[in-house]
Amino acid sequence: MGREIVIPFGPQHPVLPEPIHLDLVLEDEMVKEAIPSIGYIHRGLEKLVEKRDFKNYVYIAERICGICSFIHSVSYCQGIENIMEITIPDRAAYLRVIWSEYSRLHSHLLWLGLFADAMGFENLFMTAWRLREHMLNDMEETTGGRVIQGSCKVGGVRCDISNDKLASMSAGLTAIEPELSEMAGVFLEDETIDMRTRGVGVLSKDSAWDLGAVGPVARGSGIALDARMTGYGAYEHLDFSPVVISGGDCYARCRVRVEELFTSLDLIGQAITMMPDGDIEVPVRGNPSGEFFSRTEQPRGEVVHYIRGNGTKNLLRHRVRTPTTANIPGLVQMLAGCELANVPVIVLSIDPCIGCAER
Amino acid sequence: MTIEKQTTVVIPVDLLLDEVKKMHDAKYRLVQVGCGQFKDQIEINYSFERDLVFSNLRITIDKETQVPSVTDLYHAAFVYENEIHDLFGIGFFGISLDYQGTFIRTKDKHPFYNTINKEDSLRPEEEGS
Amino acid sequence: MSYLKKSPWILHYDASSCNGCDIEVLACLTPLYDVERFGIINTGNPKHADIFVITGGINEQSSVVVKNIYDQIPSPKVVVAVGICAATGGVFRECYNIKGGVNTTIPVDVYVPGCAARPESIIDGIVAALSILEEKRKAMKKGETPL
Repeated sequence: MGREIVIPFGPQHPVLPEPIHLDLVLEDEMVKEAIPSIGYIHRGLEKLVEKRDFKNYVYIAERICGICSFIHSVSYCQGIENIMEITIPDRAAYLRVIWSEYSRLHSHLLWLGLFADAMGFENLFMTAWRLREHMLNDMEETTGGRVIQGSCKVGGVRCDISNDKLASMSAGLTAIEPELSEMAGVFLEDETIDMRTRGVGVLSKDSAWDLGAVGPVARGSGIALDARMTGYGAYEHLDFSPVVISGGDCYARCRVRVEELFTSLDLIGQAITMMPDGDIEVPVRGNPSGEFFSRTEQPRGEVVHYIRGNGTKNLLRHRVRTPTTANIPGLVQMLAGCELANVPVIVLSIDPCIGCAER
Repeated sequence: MTIEKQTTVVIPVDLLLDEVKKMHDAKYRLVQVGCGQFKDQIEINYSFERDLVFSNLRITIDKETQVPSVTDLYHAAFVYENEIHDLFGIGFFGISLDYQGTFIRTKDKHPFYNTINKEDSLRPEEEGS
Repeated sequence: MSYLKKSPWILHYDASSCNGCDIEVLACLTPLYDVERFGIINTGNPKHADIFVITGGINEQSSVVVKNIYDQIPSPKVVVAVGICAATGGVFRECYNIKGGVNTTIPVDVYVPGCAARPESIIDGIVAALSILEEKRKAMKKGETPL
């Protein structure tokens, strides 16, 4: 029985691109307990609904997080549209799916890179980020923004993608698929990665459900939980089934994200094939009055935007429950009983997005 | 476009733990606990989901009410309850992991409570909330 | 562009940004933009760093951390504030928990515009920081205390 010591992890730590603080209670090399503390990037942006017009607030909603940006704006707009009973044109719904899935691709590639970096696999980090630039280029060519798109608005989308451009995007993704497969092979079969991730940070199916885990964390523990299954937006017309892997360790979570890259490619392909012609937005008159919990699937899991208006241009309340917040209890559970050297890998395996979590 | 059905049941604070226990026994997942201030009233929503069915339990309280913590049933609620305590100043008793107001440290204490900005006085009266 | 004998290392910290600028800072290090060609490496240790790259505005809790990291970086050092939030607080300046730009806590040498800042402008900003770093180094050699 060793001596008990407490090691502070973060807020500034080489493996963390964002600040989160964990107090790790150690006994020798074993983590007995991890106590998270947040608040380093709490801005209080939910309060801004009282100062901004509900249409202008889309910009703020999009800046909750710079990685999940587009899907945040989709969730917010969808909530307002539901309250105001606006039906957006089909083309707009399909365009939202395309950009959402591009966001997922770029976010998963970003995460895969960071995950490799956390294990010291520098070359793989660079490979993932090189492939990610392809997604960002397509985003930039179609919306004007690399990470913050600003193309979603209440009532539809702000800009259209021409059918020629859609065809070339589709061709571009087909061309890059072999490279993605090659990279996926390294993540799923390389022995070094296997040794760092298999059996590490296990979260059982029951605990994942009890602790309210969402997204790849839940799906990596064998739970078929994906907000896209609710068929929001154009997802109801697309052939989609969630990637579910049992195992619950870091390897399973990594595998979910790797396989989701290909699901996203498939969904973009389907959306481009089925893309209807027509308008991309409808005029929005009046102000929202009512409430709605808008749920969508982000790269990190299910996000809930609670929106409540009283018929004025300012909303009464906007509350966001982001996937990282829901995954923190799961993370605490995974960390209990792990080795100190595995902490960075486990922390990254939930894909923490602190910007989202603290708002 | 599919718009999912969402149900909200308003319950008194005394019945909160019983109702949450029913949800827990029925294997519902705790989606979130969210709070909002509407005029003098505080509303707390407990959202649950099972098989893509989304339902809410809602309690309406004033600031002095002490709310029983649901962390014994859903441990994950400690994140939300500490957050509500820090942002709204609502007291919860029996939280399994109580940060005592240090979860989210803000410049002003309880920034979400009674801080509706001045332009609000120009707003028309709220309807039906 | 200035000529440097040594490779400057950068330390990145997210004060309260939305992540947009953070990932663009990281993107600078990867193959397409590759700041390593200037000899720049991203380090995690303040004691190794010459350039302090901060994204996002300063909030109550992060100001202590930012000050602490700044004090740990050995002189001469340069601070680069990336993105509009780091300059003024940006879209979040009216939030109750935001103090303002990075200059409310520590002196800033270079401001990089953009929301999110583009990798090209971040590289421009870091290259501008290199010449400031060199000036500070010369000033130190002469015995003057750098700013």
